[in-house]
Amino acid sequence: MKDVIEGRVWTLGRDVDTDGIISGKYLTIIDPEELKKHVFEIALPEFAQAARPGDILVADENFGSGSSREHAPQAMKAIGVGAVVADSFARIFFRNAINLGLPTVEARGVRAIFEQGDTARIEMRAGRITNVRTGATVTFPPLPPHLLGLLDAGGLVEKVRTELAARKAAAAAPP
Amino acid sequence: MTASNGHGMTLAEKVLARASGAERVVPGEIIEGNVDLAMMHEQGAQTVGPFHQMGAEKVWDPERVVIAIDHWVPASTEGAAVLHRILRKFAAETQLPHFYDVGRHGICHQILAENGWVVPGDLAVGTDSHTNMLGAMGAVATGIGPTEMAAVLALGQLWLKVPPTIQVKVHGTMGRGVTAKDLVLRILGEIKTTGATYKSVEYSGPAIEALSMPERFTICNMTTEMGAKCGMVAPDQKTFDYLAPIAKHAMHPLTPDADAQYERVVEIDLDGMPPMVACPYSPDNVRPLPDVVREHIKVDQVFLGSCTNARIEDLREGAALMKGRQVAKGVRFIVSPASTKIYDQCLKEGIIQTFTDAGAVFTNSSCSACFGGNMGILAPDEVCASSSNRNFPGRMGAKEARIYLMSPAATVAAAIRGEVADHREYL
Ligand code: SF4
Repeated sequence: MKDVIEGRVWTLGRDVDTDGIISGKYLTIIDPEELKKHVFEIALPEFAQAARPGDILVADENFGSGSSREHAPQAMKAIGVGAVVADSFARIFFRNAINLGLPTVEARGVRAIFEQGDTARIEMRAGRITNVRTGATVTFPPLPPHLLGLLDAGGLVEKVRTELAARKAAAAAPP
Repeated sequence: MTASNGHGMTLAEKVLARASGAERVVPGEIIEGNVDLAMMHEQGAQTVGPFHQMGAEKVWDPERVVIAIDHWVPASTEGAAVLHRILRKFAAETQLPHFYDVGRHGICHQILAENGWVVPGDLAVGTDSHTNMLGAMGAVATGIGPTEMAAVLALGQLWLKVPPTIQVKVHGTMGRGVTAKDLVLRILGEIKTTGATYKSVEYSGPAIEALSMPERFTICNMTTEMGAKCGMVAPDQKTFDYLAPIAKHAMHPLTPDADAQYERVVEIDLDGMPPMVACPYSPDNVRPLPDVVREHIKVDQVFLGSCTNARIEDLREGAALMKGRQVAKGVRFIVSPASTKIYDQCLKEGIIQTFTDAGAVFTNSSCSACFGGNMGILAPDEVCASSSNRNFPGRMGAKEARIYLMSPAATVAAAIRGEVADHREYL
């Protein structure tokens, strides 16, 4: 994971729920490339067409509430979202995003300093988000080392793969 | 028993201490928890890819894994059929014996509950947000995504941040026609959809002790709508009696310490509380039913189903109201039991006949109309009275459709009247 993430901002309101990100009728889609065509169909209809890789989502409180569908962060990752920033997150969304290696930052007051189309700079370890246009900043407690480690590893799949390989090697090693 | 240093522990802290082999845990701490039960539904099909990418070959403990398909049963689209096939193949390859396939199926949480898969003291995870329902067993039961489930299947563990706990203390007695659903809606009105995010909600007090297990399931089920990590009731004689004939593994009954530290205490008094309704478009937009009734809200569809409220007790109550009455003209009333077992019971008790005589459609057990991806889908601007748990825009179909959440009895009243109605008039 890059320590400084910069990108164009898309703003969202509060309580954007997973039905608003990927609605129930798309839940049988497994291919992320197909899924990304429908991302934010309800909450931000122009996004799927106009998004560029590296774009940053900036939402108000309780982003990603509702179901446990991993389709939501998966579709964002597939479309190339660089980071998701919000005043607060719903817990399963937050876990899913981190597990998929999608940088996810909770920063109180962040939504208020951005307008649609601004550029955001996120310093993951310093715990600071800056609006490059206005110079406004908010700070946040950096993710705990455990979760930064997960993002650095590229997500949970990579992390477990390394762990399983190490276990196997240990089991095979002579006593 | 109180830990020697500092204050005691809440129920969630006790269970997470047990799961991580620690004597004591405190909120904010990240632990590695040993999982007692892992559940997957169709979303588990997305677990298979990451499981293989991780280089995993075996499931850590096949006796601790349950697969229950429920969202599209029998498969209603080609996509769903593919998900089911992926899961069947995975179950065969990794030798997972506990697969509740078409014919033995039901809503995953109900399958866990009625077969004793989650017991007091467990750490249970499932690929569905309403896994919280199983907290009624005195367990920490929580929803995770499919990639995380792959790690759980491989390692039998997952990381968890120990949540702070909100204690909800309930006093008083429920009036005539007031149910556990009304109580949890009332609590949601208080805590709101974000009030318990990352937190555990511990339900206690004399009125919670008085609830039956099915009623406790309903309450814990909708803890999800508060944003919580888990919702729990301390195990008591009712829990043990419910589980005694069915428990699949050993119980470790834990109770909160008297000096446990709660982040917040919410007191609820049931005396005089009317039935409640959650109005569009949020489960915390809660108002007393009689107030909503005065607005004469016409309904196009009524749904009595979902993991929140489609147990035999709910359907019995609904059928008692329905008996000898008719579904209003122009209203589609869909009744869907939460499991095949409940379906069978309805058949034996004549409940199916009662509903179909009235002009309702009694369906096979599944999530049914609850999530807008299978059947009973709403057209734009339609209105639905539902016993389920979510009424976000687009939840049951068109994003403009409006959903009112209420108790099973209130849904039947809405079906009879053709508008949101007070079932107490029919008691
Ligand atoms: S009944 Fe509804 S809330 Fe429950 S598991 Fe099924 S879709 Fe989810």
